[in-house]
Amino acid sequence: MTTENENIEIRLLLEAIHLKYGYNFKDYANAHTKRRLRNRLDMSRLETYTDMMRRVIYDESFFNTLLMDLSINVTEMFRDPWFYKTIREELIPRLKTYSFIKVWHAGCSAGQEVYSMSILLEEEGMKKRAQVYATDFNELILEKAKSGIFPLDVMKAYTENYQKSGGTRAFSDYYAADDENVILKRALREKVLFSSHNLVTDGVFGEMHLIFCRNVLIYFNRKLQNQVIRLFYDSLCPGGYLCLGSKESLKFTDMADRFEVVFDKEKIYRKKR
Amino acid sequence: MNTDPLYQAIVMGVSAGGMAALKAILPRLPETMCQPVIIVQHMSPDADDFLVQYFDKQCNLRVKEAEDKMPIKSRTIYFAPANYHLLVEEDKTFGLSTAERVQFSRPAIDVLFDTAAETFRDRLMGVILTGANSDGTNGIRTIRAFGGYAVAQSPETAEAPAMPGSAIDAGVDMVLDLEKIARFINQMMSKGFKLAK
Repeated sequence: MTTENENIEIRLLLEAIHLKYGYNFKDYANAHTKRRLRNRLDMSRLETYTDMMRRVIYDESFFNTLLMDLSINVTEMFRDPWFYKTIREELIPRLKTYSFIKVWHAGCSAGQEVYSMSILLEEEGMKKRAQVYATDFNELILEKAKSGIFPLDVMKAYTENYQKSGGTRAFSDYYAADDENVILKRALREKVLFSSHNLVTDGVFGEMHLIFCRNVLIYFNRKLQNQVIRLFYDSLCPGGYLCLGSKESLKFTDMADRFEVVFDKEKIYRKKR
Repeated sequence: MNTDPLYQAIVMGVSAGGMAALKAILPRLPETMCQPVIIVQHMSPDADDFLVQYFDKQCNLRVKEAEDKMPIKSRTIYFAPANYHLLVEEDKTFGLSTAERVQFSRPAIDVLFDTAAETFRDRLMGVILTGANSDGTNGIRTIRAFGGYAVAQSPETAEAPAMPGSAIDAGVDMVLDLEKIARFINQMMSKGFKLAK
């Protein structure tokens, strides 16, 4: 239960994070941010958000903990298999009309969606004609993404997703496993450039044909959503595609009329020419 | 005539055995009831919008799946989408999250109840129905801490008694047999003053 005074403390805490570390969480969805901070407060020995503010100013490792709390990194390879089936069967044939394509995974987390798309590009013979950019504002998670290492126990779910998405090869061909972890084949990383990019504060990424940003915008308030969709609009070439999470949409943003809906259920949009 | 209703919204949490329980409640809510009803029904991560489609046909009120940033409107029943937590924002819009499961659940009843309580404060009613876990118990505590009203289905009339039982142990304002819940909600929602607890 958050009181009015605590809401003031939370605003000051977010301001302190912005001043000290340059990360701006002030336009994140309120209810979400409060819930994450409340959980951290309950787990820590801190009594108040003001104590938390002092701690975060003086202790960078505590800031990294908060950064992990505030950036949700729950995802899967081939999450929503029907979405990837549409990418494979409908979108890639359209993209094949281009001699070369640029793909941006914005908010790529630990890379699950990046590697899913790499597999699709390889299987559909598009790999040589593609450059993939994978960005996240959280450098710790970006390092994880670069490594291509995942715990072995998630592979069963990833394999099922892959098969449901229309994958026909043996999924185990794409990785090597030990007792605990798998490492994805280096070939899946060949065309991927991982780099740090903050959707809140950084600028346009040029002339993309396809942008993935799935289950990222839900953590932003409406103002920030509008700003980021504008950024995507400016980063897409005319006719470029934008893919959102299955329960996200442009419906409640100011940019809805700048895009056409290509696949409604899959939340695939196209920048109007 | 146009008095401000005491309660502004209802949140409902339901798990195992939910279909029968919701069938005994939602179609009996009259179209004159203006408050939104926001429901978390535990379900499989890849469930479709069957519940929404089904109840939209059966109910006097319109039934929708809650979407990110959707304004919460009166005379509407909302269901949380599968595999997302549903949150209520201060400006009375919905938010979604893919954060970790809470009480082994996503959507979790606790997440909806906590955030709805922050927004609607003492003008919220929370209802815990049948279920085989204890999701919603913390949420009921939050609702009551803000001065809201908590109802639990009587465990004897629940297909799975654990969830309402857990809420009752933590403290609720009213325990009702399934058959009586729709009528009670309707009475409470037409009130312009507060029931003595």
